[in-house]
Amino acid sequence: MSHTILLFGITKDIIGGSVHETGNAFTTVGELRRHLYNIYPQLEKLNSLMIAVNNNYANDDDRLQSSDEIALIPPVSGG
Amino acid sequence: MKASIYIAETINTTDVITAISKPEYGAVDVFIGTVRNHTQGKKVIKLFFECYEPMALLEMQKIADEAKERFAIQEIIIHHATGEKYPGELAVVIAVAAHRRKAAFEACEFAIDTLKQTVPIWKKEFFEDGSVWVAAHP
Repeated sequence: MSHTILLFGITKDIIGGSVHETGNAFTTVGELRRHLYNIYPQLEKLNSLMIAVNNNYANDDDRLQSSDEIALIPPVSGG
Repeated sequence: MKASIYIAETINTTDVITAISKPEYGAVDVFIGTVRNHTQGKKVIKLFFECYEPMALLEMQKIADEAKERFAIQEIIIHHATGEKYPGELAVVIAVAAHRRKAAFEACEFAIDTLKQTVPIWKKEFFEDGSVWVAAHP
């Protein structure tokens, strides 16, 4: 099982493309975060990196389901 | 009439003001955010606004709901632009209607301050010598 992660803003430039396939499944948001930091250390240099699950900001201990819509939210700058 | 929470390539100040102006309200406060042609001493050629639209709409709705809970206001409209924008063009329009002005001013400031912190929209600035995602790095 794999998760498809939607990418926005600078995370598109760092990872390349508009989605990232994790290749395997993660139980929690925190596990996914550590996986991404391992492969793409530049993500850790950002001012912040939130992870959204089903259109809501998630905490690292939130659990992931295979059907979840997951997105990386680098520092926002609208307005 | 467009929705009170709305994201599109093109937004329009007059649409927003017309939609919110009603005889029972004594005060309408409007914040208009436009593209500035310079930042930190550098000339800005254009901006690109990227948006995670379904989540951005939800977060904008949360701001509207919270503004109505916290301030004595009657209505709030938040429209945000996406895509390529040039200096002087609209980025965001927020309008708040209330019976009295103080609540309208306060709710409008709360809305734009919170939008800048929570709504998943990203601004890329283009200069003569390159481009940068705003606020990404320390």
